[in-house]
Amino acid sequence: MSQSDTLRRTALMLPALLAILLLVGAPLGLMGWVSLLEKGSSAGVDWASAPSLGNYQRLIWEEDFDGTLLWNTNYLVIFLRSVAQAAVTTLLCLVLGVPVALWMAGLSPTGRAVMLLLVTIPFWTNLLVRNYAWLIILREGGWLGMAVDAIWPFGPVQLLYNDVAVAIGLTYSFLPFMILPVYSVFEKFDWRLVEAAHDLGATRSRALRRVILPVAMPGLLAGSLLVFIPCLGAFVTPALLGGGKTLMLGNVIQMQFGPSRNWPFGAAISVVLLAIMLVAMTALALWRNRRPA
Amino acid sequence: MNIRRFPLTREVSLFVLVYLYLPVFVLIGYSFNANRTATVWTHASLDWYVRILNNPSIRAATWNSLVLAVSAATAATVIALLAALATRRAFPGRNASETLLRLPLILPEIVVAVATLILFVAVGIELGLGAMILAHTVFCIPFAYLPIRARLEGISGSYEEAAQDLYANRFRTFRRVTLPLLWPGVLAGFTLAFVTSLDDFLTSFFLSGPGTTTLPVYIFSAIRAGITPEINAISTVMLVISILLVSLSFALTRLRR
Repeated sequence: MSQSDTLRRTALMLPALLAILLLVGAPLGLMGWVSLLEKGSSAGVDWASAPSLGNYQRLIWEEDFDGTLLWNTNYLVIFLRSVAQAAVTTLLCLVLGVPVALWMAGLSPTGRAVMLLLVTIPFWTNLLVRNYAWLIILREGGWLGMAVDAIWPFGPVQLLYNDVAVAIGLTYSFLPFMILPVYSVFEKFDWRLVEAAHDLGATRSRALRRVILPVAMPGLLAGSLLVFIPCLGAFVTPALLGGGKTLMLGNVIQMQFGPSRNWPFGAAISVVLLAIMLVAMTALALWRNRRPA
Repeated sequence: MNIRRFPLTREVSLFVLVYLYLPVFVLIGYSFNANRTATVWTHASLDWYVRILNNPSIRAATWNSLVLAVSAATAATVIALLAALATRRAFPGRNASETLLRLPLILPEIVVAVATLILFVAVGIELGLGAMILAHTVFCIPFAYLPIRARLEGISGSYEEAAQDLYANRFRTFRRVTLPLLWPGVLAGFTLAFVTSLDDFLTSFFLSGPGTTTLPVYIFSAIRAGITPEINAISTVMLVISILLVSLSFALTRLRR
């Protein structure tokens, strides 16, 4: 490889690198710094304040009038709820997505292409609009509500503005993120392995458990991560379908940058969100690289 | 026995298709409903479409969305095309470069959006269309990059070698050989970047500033104010545009090489 090649390559990469460093790297770095500052009197940040961990402390403790620290579980509950909501959504996406991917892999080439398009289209359509569609379906007086009321004997059911509605909306939003990576594994799968398993007397379910799923594991992990991370930071779905009652991390961050105008505290919550994300990614990477038993 | 068939996977798949598409059809159906209370069906009408055409704030928001999507997608496509040419052949650091390019896909959007808000306010970039174009360009890069890169991988290097043997210089080779072979990928990348920008809500929500709403930001505040048939109509328009453009991009990536 010549030196001019390296130079040319660097020049071609430069715009992309600059854009990402200046508009992703720099903002995240600055946000880390701001999370240590205090909020300004009128605008978002008091740039002259002394850096401290006060904002992180506020996530767990509340300062009383006399300066004693009180245990405050408000934010802890929101953290746990967000993680739980994201985990439930990931699980639902696995339960629904893996069979779809498996079924798609067994179709004819045309069938696969059609299904691929059908699964991809929701991924590209407006997230806000798709969640709004659920709002129409689940709202009071909507036809689904009336149908449920007709079957359910214990009085009217509130379908909207609860954790179940948020789970329905999140699963709906992120299901393609699960189906696509899992399908891409099944598509490349060497089905002769399953034939061999059958020849050796394995039943269908045993072949699925011992041959197919282990090979598909990287796809399952990638899909789980692709669902879990955006779920953690979800804002639109809980805002529309949770109706302000079932808050998630994304909504708390938005509140700090919107009505509460406490940017440093919002920055601290964002940093914690990034940290949870990094922990999840590292855990999965370690699990993937673990030595086979 | 077909070893590729598994019990229940077909039923689950049909359920998932209904789950994915039912809300879309419900929304489209209601958008043609004449009744003012968005959930009671009376008879079909195009009233709400006429009404959104005549709504000045929707027109302004549509214009902003289009300017934003065209600018961000163009910038992102140019940047992604250059990056795809750079990462065409293996070199030390290619994996790292590609991870960096995909970074905007991995990070939670709300975190990048508020961080960008902090940076723009700190360095004095005024919120509004310009700020949104900058931020959208970055998260559009990976969407433009992937189809271009995929197309480039399918182009054999021997065409370019032949051109260079015939004394075409690097630029001429690129313009007359590589680009004509690459254009479906470039167009597919542009389309995906355009759709991504057009549909974005969160980043615009934080960076739009007073006076410059985009269509998704307008829809969000309208939903907050109360569900109306106009929202159904404008949402349907957005859905149809996205579906058409993504299908176009899908067709482009399947064009014969």
